[in-house]
Amino acid sequence: MTGPATDIVVMENIDKSFPGVHALKQVNFSLARGEIHALVGENGAGKSTLIRVLTGVERPESGTIRLDGIEVTIRSPLHAQSLGISTVYQEVNLCPNLTVAENLLIGRQPMKRRHVDWKTMNRQAREILQGLDIAIDVTQPLGSYSIAIQQMAAIARALVISSAKVLVLDEPTSSLTGHETDQLFRVMRKLRGEGIAIVFITHFLDQVYEVSDRVTVLRNGSVVGVYETASLPRLTLITLMLGRSLTELDDINRHRIESSQHIGTESLLEAEGVGVFGSIAPFDLVLHAGEVVGFAGLLGSGRTEMAQLLFGIDQPTTGSMTMDGAPIRKFSPIGSIERGVALCPEDRKAEGIVADLTVRENIIMAMQASRGWFRHLSTSDQYAIAERYIKLLNIATPSADQPVKNLSGGNQQKVILARWLATNPRLLILDEPTRGIDVGTKADIQKLVLSLAEEGKSCIFISSELEEVLRTSHRIVVMRDRAKVSEFAGDVDEQELMQAIAGGES
Amino acid sequence: MSTLRSVIRVGGVRDSRLMVPIVALAAILLIDLIVVPGFFNLEMKDGHLYGSLVDILRNSAPTVVLAIGMTLVIATGGVDLSVGAIMAIAASVACILIDPRIIGLNLQGNITAVVGDPTYSFAPIPVVIVASLVVAVACGLWNGVLVSFGRIQPMVATLILMIAGRGIAQLITNSIKIIIFNDAFAYIGNGFIILPFSLFIVVALFAGAWLLTRRTAIGLFVESVGISFRASLYAGINEKRIKLFAYSFCGFCAGVAGLIAVSSIRTSDANQIGLYTELDAILAVVIGGTLLGTGGRFSLLGSVLGGLVIQATQTSMYAIGVAASAITAVKAVMVIIVIILYSRQVQDLGGRLVARLGRKQAAT
Repeated sequence: MTGPATDIVVMENIDKSFPGVHALKQVNFSLARGEIHALVGENGAGKSTLIRVLTGVERPESGTIRLDGIEVTIRSPLHAQSLGISTVYQEVNLCPNLTVAENLLIGRQPMKRRHVDWKTMNRQAREILQGLDIAIDVTQPLGSYSIAIQQMAAIARALVISSAKVLVLDEPTSSLTGHETDQLFRVMRKLRGEGIAIVFITHFLDQVYEVSDRVTVLRNGSVVGVYETASLPRLTLITLMLGRSLTELDDINRHRIESSQHIGTESLLEAEGVGVFGSIAPFDLVLHAGEVVGFAGLLGSGRTEMAQLLFGIDQPTTGSMTMDGAPIRKFSPIGSIERGVALCPEDRKAEGIVADLTVRENIIMAMQASRGWFRHLSTSDQYAIAERYIKLLNIATPSADQPVKNLSGGNQQKVILARWLATNPRLLILDEPTRGIDVGTKADIQKLVLSLAEEGKSCIFISSELEEVLRTSHRIVVMRDRAKVSEFAGDVDEQELMQAIAGGES
Repeated sequence: MSTLRSVIRVGGVRDSRLMVPIVALAAILLIDLIVVPGFFNLEMKDGHLYGSLVDILRNSAPTVVLAIGMTLVIATGGVDLSVGAIMAIAASVACILIDPRIIGLNLQGNITAVVGDPTYSFAPIPVVIVASLVVAVACGLWNGVLVSFGRIQPMVATLILMIAGRGIAQLITNSIKIIIFNDAFAYIGNGFIILPFSLFIVVALFAGAWLLTRRTAIGLFVESVGISFRASLYAGINEKRIKLFAYSFCGFCAGVAGLIAVSSIRTSDANQIGLYTELDAILAVVIGGTLLGTGGRFSLLGSVLGGLVIQATQTSMYAIGVAASAITAVKAVMVIIVIILYSRQVQDLGGRLVARLGRKQAAT
């Protein structure tokens, strides 16, 4: 299956540098017809750059790309498409307000006497989707379907417009539920059966094992190796990605148990019957200094709403909250910052980073906001603060003056963390801090949370990954259907927790 | 060729937003040098400096002042169409405070009936100036409230005052053109301290605006709100207050521009003062490299240079002999050039050219 005869893409000795970073070092990558090839590595390992070279967004400084044995220079994404290489990104780049059929066939809509032939168009769209085993009403706006369906529509469009031979899926599953992921995998397998080569980038190692045939591991811009997925033990894979073994996870567990000794008895924040009408049912919550409280629950269970309420993005319509025993009146982000509450929001791109500003400006932003307009941090102070956190959190950036949009997702997350640590908060709310982040950085963030707790800070840790919540939290709050349903203290059994999340009856 | 390369190297042509206005200004002056004899002549007369260059600086004053305020508004992701109308309002307020007799007389436009006394002013001149500026700031605040609290599209929100403003200005002076005889007030637009007095106002306003935005956190917050108001909100920045500030400051600048304009023509002509200047101000900001529509990073110096580019073009066209009525066509061409220069394709091309030059240099 992996013989040179069936290789559709062969990239050899690809080299690419950016200012301050040698992103790809003599990388070789080959892709066979009819395989799902996973590309894994930590943030900044070079996965995205390699894909950008393959899809014509970036040009390599040296190296060759052969497609079907013929050497090609890929000039642009459009050119890549015409060569049969299509990409579907994490964010769906279609028009949500157009119908599914319009999205699929726009630009090559069937015509009848200078008018769009809607009937034929809808029929063609239905047929295309049926080819992927998706039966939906193609006359509905795309935006009315789930992200998973939208993503599959994007894949279908990629197949239609370029009759793709190579399909690149960049983190397609990071915002999908388990069921939706299965649906996507079914489509991927079907396409594989039709001889299409699929590059699959993901941070979820489970998914690598579930769906991929081969896996290429990148680390620091170099290829560590190419392996048959089935015969590669998971621990070996992690070790290959990190360049070190992950005994750290055990350390984190131990760390948590030790730090639970230091939890204060006085409450830091108390919420009594606090809720927002139509958004989250009234709940009680007590947080102690030095405590990590995990919020578990499905997507849309109200975890994020609770976090936003505690941070003052939303105003409570009922109930009352106290901090250090004093009632809270000023429900606003700036009020929260003044009280020592910080929130790393779930949607990093829209609510976290300010893309065009530099790493330095992003880091000092909240601190400056708390100082007001006129107590300006001098440039030298700003650099000092930024440099301190770049070092402390190991943020990979050429300099503090780099626009934050040029950083990888994990490093952007660290910048947001730095922003809040700089305000020296007493309560840090982390909403999905590890989403789309590699294993190594995940462990770093979990460790950081526990060491903050040891310093006497209180943390709320929200994550869709149960394992992670269990590993880091002293106490776990379970949310379901926009309400707090239960609370578990200490070591809790994963099964029991899952049952609480899913609902009691099953 | 090597000098060009080093300029590119030093200036960082891809990053520097000042490159476009500087090159444009240099190009216009170069054309003048070749085409218009004596364009660069400067002459000292009665302790005043005269010449085309001085004219350019002086005539650009209202546009540059407006552009400074407009820069902040555009950086927040908005736009202010009402600055021309605010100029007219501020001018009317100033005129009515200097000479309110006209209202009672109700002469229906027969203005020559009032005989001018060069020292007469109903209110003291400092009061006149402060009152006009307060009214201008209030106008800006109104825009700011509509945009930040009313959540109205900036273009629509400021359109209200753009349309209503000239009517308000007419109401203030009872639709009569008041002639200003007061010499102290006329000094603002006509005075000289070697250079025209209005230039000193521009420099002071620029310095003030620069200090206000770059020596406080306001500049950072304005940029942050323009780039992502949601992320700014989550970072504890009061996005509404920043917008209120930007529009109020823009109103203030429009007030200053209105005073300069009315002082130099000595007549409160609500239909003419500041007419279409909002478009010049927006064009100046865009030439200066601040992105219209998306906002974000801004450059006050770029906007000032942008204002000079517009005025230099205009003055040069007159000098060359282009009819005044054709100037708008010249401006249209400028808009097209700006659009092309800042387009993605040209920027990419420029980047690639620089990269190629760099590689060639490295190879040799």
